[in-house]
Amino acid sequence: MEPLTWTGALGAFLNPALGLGTAILALGVLAQIVLGFFAAPMTLQANADGTLQGRDGLLGTVETVNKYLFFFVLVLVLAYLIGGIVTPYGTAGIIGEMSRQFLPVWVALMVTFGVSILYKRRLGLYGKLFDSTVGMIGFAIVMFWVFTALFVGIFDLIATHDYLSQVSGLKNKGPGIPVPEGTTGAIPHYLLGGDNLARDIFSRVVVGSVFVISIAPLATVFAFMVGITLGLPAGFYGGLLDTILSFVANLILAFPVILLFYLLVTPEIVLTGIPSYMAAVLFVFPLIFFGVLLNSRYYTQPAKRTAILVPVLGILGWLYLSIINQRGTVIDFLPAWMDLFDISILVVFVSVVFVNAPTVFRIVRGLTLDLRTRDYVAAAQTRGEGAWYIMLWEILPNARGPLIVDFCLRIGYTTILLGTLGFFGLGLSSESPDWGTTINEGRKLLLIFAHPALPPAVALLSLVLGLNLLADGLREESLKD
Amino acid sequence: MGLFILRRLGVMILTALCLTFIVFWLTNLAPNLEKLAKTQGNARMTDDAVVSWLENRGYSQPLPVKYGQWLGVLPGYVIEGSDGETRARCAGPGVALEDASTFCGILQGDWGFSTVFKADVSGIVATRLGLTGKLMFWVMMVMVPGALIIGVLAGMREGSRTDRSLSTVSIVSTATPEYVSGVVFISVFATATFGMNWFKGTATSAMEDATFENFFLPVITIALYGMGYIARMTRASMTEVMTAQYIRTARLKGVSFPTIVLKHALRNALIAPFTVIMLQFPWLLNGVVIVETLFNYKGFGWVLVQAAGNNDIELLLGVSVVSVFVVLITQLISDIGYVFLNPRIRIS
Repeated sequence: MEPLTWTGALGAFLNPALGLGTAILALGVLAQIVLGFFAAPMTLQANADGTLQGRDGLLGTVETVNKYLFFFVLVLVLAYLIGGIVTPYGTAGIIGEMSRQFLPVWVALMVTFGVSILYKRRLGLYGKLFDSTVGMIGFAIVMFWVFTALFVGIFDLIATHDYLSQVSGLKNKGPGIPVPEGTTGAIPHYLLGGDNLARDIFSRVVVGSVFVISIAPLATVFAFMVGITLGLPAGFYGGLLDTILSFVANLILAFPVILLFYLLVTPEIVLTGIPSYMAAVLFVFPLIFFGVLLNSRYYTQPAKRTAILVPVLGILGWLYLSIINQRGTVIDFLPAWMDLFDISILVVFVSVVFVNAPTVFRIVRGLTLDLRTRDYVAAAQTRGEGAWYIMLWEILPNARGPLIVDFCLRIGYTTILLGTLGFFGLGLSSESPDWGTTINEGRKLLLIFAHPALPPAVALLSLVLGLNLLADGLREESLKD
Repeated sequence: MGLFILRRLGVMILTALCLTFIVFWLTNLAPNLEKLAKTQGNARMTDDAVVSWLENRGYSQPLPVKYGQWLGVLPGYVIEGSDGETRARCAGPGVALEDASTFCGILQGDWGFSTVFKADVSGIVATRLGLTGKLMFWVMMVMVPGALIIGVLAGMREGSRTDRSLSTVSIVSTATPEYVSGVVFISVFATATFGMNWFKGTATSAMEDATFENFFLPVITIALYGMGYIARMTRASMTEVMTAQYIRTARLKGVSFPTIVLKHALRNALIAPFTVIMLQFPWLLNGVVIVETLFNYKGFGWVLVQAAGNNDIELLLGVSVVSVFVVLITQLISDIGYVFLNPRIRIS
């Protein structure tokens, strides 16, 4: 087999066109910026006949030309991707083949966007997201990785080779290298080359997304449960409780994160069982949260409350026990048939939740301090509602805007933290395909072979960027209310 | 004001005591001590040998006692070991047993002895802090003006094209952790992959002789991550100021736009970023550890990794004391500075 080039035969006429288009667009944008400094500020004017008048003159022309040029470049970029899907194998080069591998993701993305845009007026804040370009771009990037993780993790699509199998002769080979005859794999090439153990980088990056997408949001949810359950009473009651909790939160925040990771995420600490105890404490908060949430809502109707609380707490309690119960650690008392799963990276999960929770606590506390003086809180108090009902059913729903935005940002931050752990080789095995570990593996020979470290770096960057853009779009749209 | 600072100092010292005690506790857990004994003594020690090794060196005392000794409020141990040799905490290399003082802890200025580097902790921390200080100085020189300019330019006309493009730039920079941007920068600008081999991929030579070639990449890697965040805060505060009544008054009086931005808005818009810049220090410390590891620049962050990786208890404690104090002092400065800069709080 021939090695694949980046753009293949398709690039023969697409590359010059794209180069030319981009160059002119860059010049146009530059001209626009320069002209923009001299132009008078203007607002859109409505004419008498009901039409709108834009900017005229040289700047107006440049703006129009730039707009069309941008669409031209966009179409060319799409042509690479679509070309890869419709042409026979190898015609569209590495980019085309990657695009073909991601075909299920493209389809899923198109369906999601089509349905969402069609019904966006009925979907609340989620629907409003589709009014903001930034939000849509962010959402598209995030969903790209979510669908990738989904298809890789559940249906075993997309990845072209086994992410652990090493193929001799492909060590540190560049992108597009053909694999030897008889190697198992969906396609006969390593699309993004081999790493220093001769494993397929493309498959590793794609499989790594499963790790990030499954851990980061879950850890963030737990951090939010802890932060909300402690932050609401701290802000609502104030006093000694607030002082103590705030002191502890500041204590944890004053720790440099890396020092904390280096102290907590070591095999020796795992031996002492401290992570298991921390898990036992931290993971009990969702139980408290849901218990109090439902109890405060239905305690006037005891029959209904019991009917709801018992199954909810039963299931959550079982999940809680099977999370904290680990074979071979200090907490190992459940019989095997009751233990649903063992998380091998419990220590990573716990430390990420532990680091994130104090910040959430501070945000929730600040919001509560602000909201508890509102009239609807006073009204609820006059009605005789309990303190927890007011906190969870009056204050919390009204604090949701900033919390949702922070949730998106925090998933991104958690992704960065997970990458940091991988980068320092803490808590994760060196075989693990997560992006941080792959970057760490790749950086050792970075000055000689740059290609193994770049794809996971770009993947992590794009996911965090997507989450940030999504948060930005959500913030903009929620402020419009 | 005086009372405020005193109260803050009290909380700060309490926090520092708690944090060092936590570090002390975590590093003195039984498995960690066993690992220390095996790396310092003999990797194939029997369990009994480990116990007597630890006992002879004072590691088996109760935790509060050890902490008190390290702090310098309890007299240092003098133990006649099972191997016949008498060891004292305050007698180290160069200090004979008879000359050893009774107390030797942080309060007496004795930071202990590093088991990895075989040198005094205070000396190691001082030299490494100097190197990191050099790095941080240049980071600040790049980051602070860059962030403020971006933030002010973006915030002075909210919603304009400049605003939108500069905001996108700052979002991208906050979304890029150091280990990603560092890897990208090295592979683009320090290898021949993209034909732009302009800088050096390691900063080891920058420790003695920092040049643009070997120091630019680490500096810009740390600076970029913090820059976006500060720029966004500056932008937010600038847009808030630009909608204030007194700015509108100035515009209606016919003051030119550049004068409004430079003379009227800027002063008030820079109060909030000051706090943010000060609170960035803990984050920068993170960046320092990553970048120093990535670029092999043997500064404070590199020492942290070495100390933590080898469970060098006293060095790790020294490092944590310094970093915790850096964090707490910057918090204190930001609080005081905010009160001092903001006329609304200062006068009332």
